[in-house]
Amino acid sequence: MEHGSWLSGLLVYLAAAVLAVPLAKYLGLGSIIGYLAGGILIGPWGLKLVTNPQDILHFSEFGVVLMLFLVGLELEPRRLWSLRKPIFGWGSVQLFGSAALLCGLAVLAGLDWRIALVAALGLAMSSTAIGLGVLNERSLMPTTSGQSVLSVALLQDVAAIPILALLPLLATAHEKADGNGWLSAAKALGVIAAIVLGGRLLIRPALRWIANSRTPEIFTAASLLLVVATAALMQTVGLSMALGAFLAGVLLAESEYRRELETDIEPFKGLLLGLFFIAVGMSIDFAVVLAKPLLIAGVVIGFLLVKAAVLWGMGRAMPLPKPERPVFIILLAQGGEFGFVVFQTAAQAGVIDAPVSSLLVAAVAISMLVTPLLLVAADKWLIPLFAGQTRSQLDEISEPQNQPVIIAGFGRYGQVVGRMLYANGIHPTVLDTDADQIEAMRRFGWRVFYGDATRLDLMRTAGAASAKVLVLAIDDVAQSVATAKMVRENFPDLTIVARARNVQHAFDLLELGVTLFERETMDSALMSARTVLEQLGWERHQARTLALRFRRHNVEMLLKMAPHRKDADKLLAAAKQGRQQLEEQFAQEREEAAKRQLRGGWTDADDTRGTPPA
Amino acid sequence: MPSFDVLVITAHPQMEQSRINRRLMHAARKPPADRPSGVLVRDLYSLYPDYLIDVAEEQALLLQAKLIVWQHPIQWYSMPPLMKLWVDEVLAFGWAYGPGGTALRGKDLWLVATTGGPQDSYHPDSYNRYFFDAFLPPYEQTATLCGMRFLPPLLLHGAHKADEAEVNAHLEVYLQRLHSYPHWPELDELLYKLPGPVPEDARPEEDEVA
Repeated sequence: MEHGSWLSGLLVYLAAAVLAVPLAKYLGLGSIIGYLAGGILIGPWGLKLVTNPQDILHFSEFGVVLMLFLVGLELEPRRLWSLRKPIFGWGSVQLFGSAALLCGLAVLAGLDWRIALVAALGLAMSSTAIGLGVLNERSLMPTTSGQSVLSVALLQDVAAIPILALLPLLATAHEKADGNGWLSAAKALGVIAAIVLGGRLLIRPALRWIANSRTPEIFTAASLLLVVATAALMQTVGLSMALGAFLAGVLLAESEYRRELETDIEPFKGLLLGLFFIAVGMSIDFAVVLAKPLLIAGVVIGFLLVKAAVLWGMGRAMPLPKPERPVFIILLAQGGEFGFVVFQTAAQAGVIDAPVSSLLVAAVAISMLVTPLLLVAADKWLIPLFAGQTRSQLDEISEPQNQPVIIAGFGRYGQVVGRMLYANGIHPTVLDTDADQIEAMRRFGWRVFYGDATRLDLMRTAGAASAKVLVLAIDDVAQSVATAKMVRENFPDLTIVARARNVQHAFDLLELGVTLFERETMDSALMSARTVLEQLGWERHQARTLALRFRRHNVEMLLKMAPHRKDADKLLAAAKQGRQQLEEQFAQEREEAAKRQLRGGWTDADDTRGTPPA
Repeated sequence: MPSFDVLVITAHPQMEQSRINRRLMHAARKPPADRPSGVLVRDLYSLYPDYLIDVAEEQALLLQAKLIVWQHPIQWYSMPPLMKLWVDEVLAFGWAYGPGGTALRGKDLWLVATTGGPQDSYHPDSYNRYFFDAFLPPYEQTATLCGMRFLPPLLLHGAHKADEAEVNAHLEVYLQRLHSYPHWPELDELLYKLPGPVPEDARPEEDEVA
């Protein structure tokens, strides 16, 4: 690729993704295989459109960082704390168990113990990107196996730091690392403390201030800035960027902006991860593969089998539900991007030489290529063995937000609805876009999410697909109508109960098929009218009945007028006619009552429709 | 308008807590296996939760019916309040009774009711003190004043404690009657009583001393 021609580079990547991914999906292979295949196609061993995959690999590793931020967002600190045992326990079993076995086998095979150790540690790592990517794609994240994969991946992230730091020590030919390990450790601790404190104290008010500016793209920019800044901070002290992003995510998991952050970061994560997989595809060195095909195949199959054996034992011991085990084993048996880093570092430090390094890199990349294929195979042949029990089980737990009611707009209107629901034991998912409002409501102990209800992705996260009722209480008419339209199109089973600001708004809603609406001032105005009649001497019960009848007539008229909303003359005529009808009817009833009073001396302006026999 | 000749007016202020009236209502709504249903069920508390009865609509439906069923629990020896309001407002002077009030003439009225107290509580020696028949005259006279036949009521006493078999048997009789109307064996023996004339000035507001 010519330098400076970033446009043509962009063209190549996007075209490869756009062509290969839908094709792979169409073939039932999943998007990750599509990306990998696209990468091979445009890479040095395919059409040679891109020749420097390493640069892209480095850049796109940021996709993994974003992904871990999102994973963190889903994990509240309390839940992370409850995962400490699987992370340090099972995670260590996987990493060090696999590494020890691999190392032992390699030494037995006659390799130098240093090379064996590096290879074992690198190969024992698993791909966080593919693992979590697949879990997300299949919404397996909340399942036991999903949490186990996450735990192991987190431990690998943590363990990568000392492993990378210690690798150079293996290189006896080289001088040892600088002696100021204590200083860097202190720095690292300082940065982590800064992230924890900052996340707790500073970020929330900062986000509120930014959200107040009401520029959605700046909120998106702020979300990205947050992740980039955390990652950069971690990198300066030599820690894993992904780990830092994960930490930041966890700290924001309880904040009201969680959903907004999620939806803002999601597309970037998706594209960068795609780019990452393309880069992995490109970086497979087919020269090495072709030179020693049998050796590579042996290494790949060997390390996959060893790791699978360890994982199989873990799955039994934990224990994982049987139908979830194949996915758990396949996802963690593969090599991962940390392996690349380990081999590269080791090669630079002179622990292993370049041919060994590229052989190992190729083995890892091939295992990553094979993983999605293995999953497809498992889906086809292995999982059906456990069929029946699996699907229903997974469906139930894979829906984290499943409240029956969503309230969009939590101002004066939505609040009353919400309070009434809470009083009856229903806990709706509440969305609002007014940062001050959210802050105020949170002070009263409400759990309100920041989010724009007009957005499909966000409503999906809020549980629109499984909820029964959406209370559409947004005060902005355009936003309200846009939300109604989006919901009608995408969630036809979700019943909308809407607040209408005025008649025109009601007509808009009616046109979209929303029939359960209330005009927001109608009932309070009618209550005032009742009070006026009472003050003028009407009986209270009669005033109530008249108000209710007025209301019924009024709603009927509104429905009659709706089809003529575009025709101003007809609308006016219908409105006039309706008013006249009611006035005449009431006048007639008053007249009859008055007559009765005159004739009979019946002292009350009585119920106009007659009194029962007695 | 739906086609029917049996109109069930049902009322239960706590339908969500009802054991029997709810089942009767749902069962009546189901058409029989072999033909379309001739039964229309109107659940008053669900139609008029705000007690604002649409009198014109109710009267139009009554005109079409041949058999009118009142299906409700007996509360304080009478009907639930919304049912009473329905009677007050819908069976209007000059429409259902009184001069020109002939809209319901020749129709049948059938009471299908439950009581909490067991049958033996409706006895001079027990706490309800009267045989249950003693509470029926208001119903019977309402029918008569409108020119309707008052058919023998279908009652289930001790509804709270009725066991499943008892409830099922009751339900079966109810449905059998609903769907076989007007071919009931005893129907021919029941004569229509013509209501006595209600004078023009019988209305209370035209009474000098109301």
